[in-house]
Amino acid sequence: MSERARLMGWALLATVLVLLPFGVTSGRWIDFVELTLFVAVMGQAWNILGGYGGQYSFGHALFFGTAAYIQALLQFRYGISPWVAMWFAAAGSIAVGAFVGYLSFRYGLRGSYFALITLAFAEAFHVLARSLISVTEGGRGVQLALNQDPERAIATFQFTFAGEFLQAYGYYYTILIILLLAYAATWWMERSRFGASLMAVRENEDAAEALGINAFRVKIGAICLSAAIMSMTGVYYVQKFLFVDPGIAYGPSKSVEALFAPIIGGLGTVLGPLLGAFFIHGVGEFAKEAIGAVWEERPGVDLILFGVILILVLGFLPRGLVGLLDTAWRRLTGGRGGHA
Amino acid sequence: MELLGFQLPTYGWSTILGSAISGVFLGAIYALVALGLTLIYGVLHIINFAHGALLMLAMYAVYFLWHLGGVDPYLAMLIVVPGGFVFGYCLQRGVIGKTSHGRDEIILLVTLGVAIVIENAALFLFSADERNVQVPYDLDGIDLGVTYVVWTDLAALAGSLLITLALWLFMVRTDTGKAIRAVAKERQGARLVGINVDHIFAISFGIGTACVAAAASLLAPTYAVYPQFGYLFVLIAFTVVVLGGMGSFVGALVGGFVIGITEQLGRLYLGESLGLITISAIFILILLFRPTGLFGQKA
Repeated sequence: MSERARLMGWALLATVLVLLPFGVTSGRWIDFVELTLFVAVMGQAWNILGGYGGQYSFGHALFFGTAAYIQALLQFRYGISPWVAMWFAAAGSIAVGAFVGYLSFRYGLRGSYFALITLAFAEAFHVLARSLISVTEGGRGVQLALNQDPERAIATFQFTFAGEFLQAYGYYYTILIILLLAYAATWWMERSRFGASLMAVRENEDAAEALGINAFRVKIGAICLSAAIMSMTGVYYVQKFLFVDPGIAYGPSKSVEALFAPIIGGLGTVLGPLLGAFFIHGVGEFAKEAIGAVWEERPGVDLILFGVILILVLGFLPRGLVGLLDTAWRRLTGGRGGHA
Repeated sequence: MELLGFQLPTYGWSTILGSAISGVFLGAIYALVALGLTLIYGVLHIINFAHGALLMLAMYAVYFLWHLGGVDPYLAMLIVVPGGFVFGYCLQRGVIGKTSHGRDEIILLVTLGVAIVIENAALFLFSADERNVQVPYDLDGIDLGVTYVVWTDLAALAGSLLITLALWLFMVRTDTGKAIRAVAKERQGARLVGINVDHIFAISFGIGTACVAAAASLLAPTYAVYPQFGYLFVLIAFTVVVLGGMGSFVGALVGGFVIGITEQLGRLYLGESLGLITISAIFILILLFRPTGLFGQKA
């Protein structure tokens, strides 16, 4: 596909997502798409570091959780506006990313060792969030006050008691805007000098260094960009659910959710995380319905499937669903065509 | 006592000694779980993320043998250990070996996938309820003066020492053990002299899983099992393995005791919750400054 065709494809996809609430009236479907977009943003954050940079993190909850806690605590303790707090949340996550990145890359941790140290940091923050009760409220978590005044819906970044339209679609558009910004940033990065350096480091770090790329700086840049995008999902989460606790913030589930979509969709591609998110959540919803229809509703079904799909994709589709589509596209157009 | 400006509580020596002794017993349990992990790493150079999930699965096996068949958890070892070996062998040969293409990060992700599947299958089949085996002797023990030791903890300590010894003898004395060491040292060379490397990989994975099954039957009288049971142990087992040096049995044993004692003293001085930070701190510091661990060889 040519560059222009791809840009057109993205414009079409963005238009569909923006107009979706006008065409789909079922609240359940909007909820499904909203959740999928949330996962797709986390996936893109992971993809920048893992897919483009080849640094597989097992602790991306670090950036989600830090932003969520900052966003919640600044409002809870000091009554700071959520619109101001989000900048501190992003800055806090980026700082944590820079710190973890500095230590890991300075000491040359690669591959499995990098995965382990990110996991260890996430667990350390988990323990701190549970233990430093005077700062974080401990295991009880931070519960924000619900705003019931429709006039202040925008000011408090809470849409539960907003006007009819915002009440139904406010959070959908919040995550959609975050998604479009995050994907535009990734699109830009892929075509920038920084992105090219990052991919060179992924392919062969020593060779990249020999060409004059400062691998350490490139990787720090990638982890900071990744943390910045991940922080926005933390902000969205707190504004939507008005609650955060140590398990939600730093538990293993967010770290795992972040890596499913890009690996299944296609590592190191802009489209991969979105495609992967829609695929696994579509399959998950379908399986839950199917099992629920013949048997009783039980937890765990969707994650069993995600795990199986992850293993199958790792084994048999190294370029993910994007790679599959790319092959199909080439067959259809009879040969030539770039990477998807 | 003061440390880095923090006021730490002061305790008498008997409290500290009691805490350290209970740390030794806790450490034996950690060492037991870490032994299988370090064997698998030493041979396959795999960081097996599914280790905790396999421990949890074996715990359920022990529980159901007791619950449905009235089998004593220690006796259950005769069933779960061979069962664990077969399960581990098939898992490596049928799933991990086939899908990972021998790349480190892919193996890590495949074992993560396996862990997620096993954990959620347990959640689906057995629900999130905690279940524990009740044995009539679970509170019997001896009073050491500074602390009270129950027989089940003593059995875990004896078990971890015996299993380490048995593993070491197996590696040194048997032909299969020699083949495993040959594959661990030099994969291509081992293949050239006629060793079936894929078979040895699966055997090692099977023995690692058998170790974790033995650990499960020693843990069953003390710990309740639930689907996320393995997560806590897998993090600690990684710490033990990294501290001791990946692939070293003695390292796993010593690492287990160090972590057990550190955790108990950490809880004593920093409190029940914050005390756990000592484990993460050791993990991070060792990864950064001495990734080969105390007894590990240079990669």
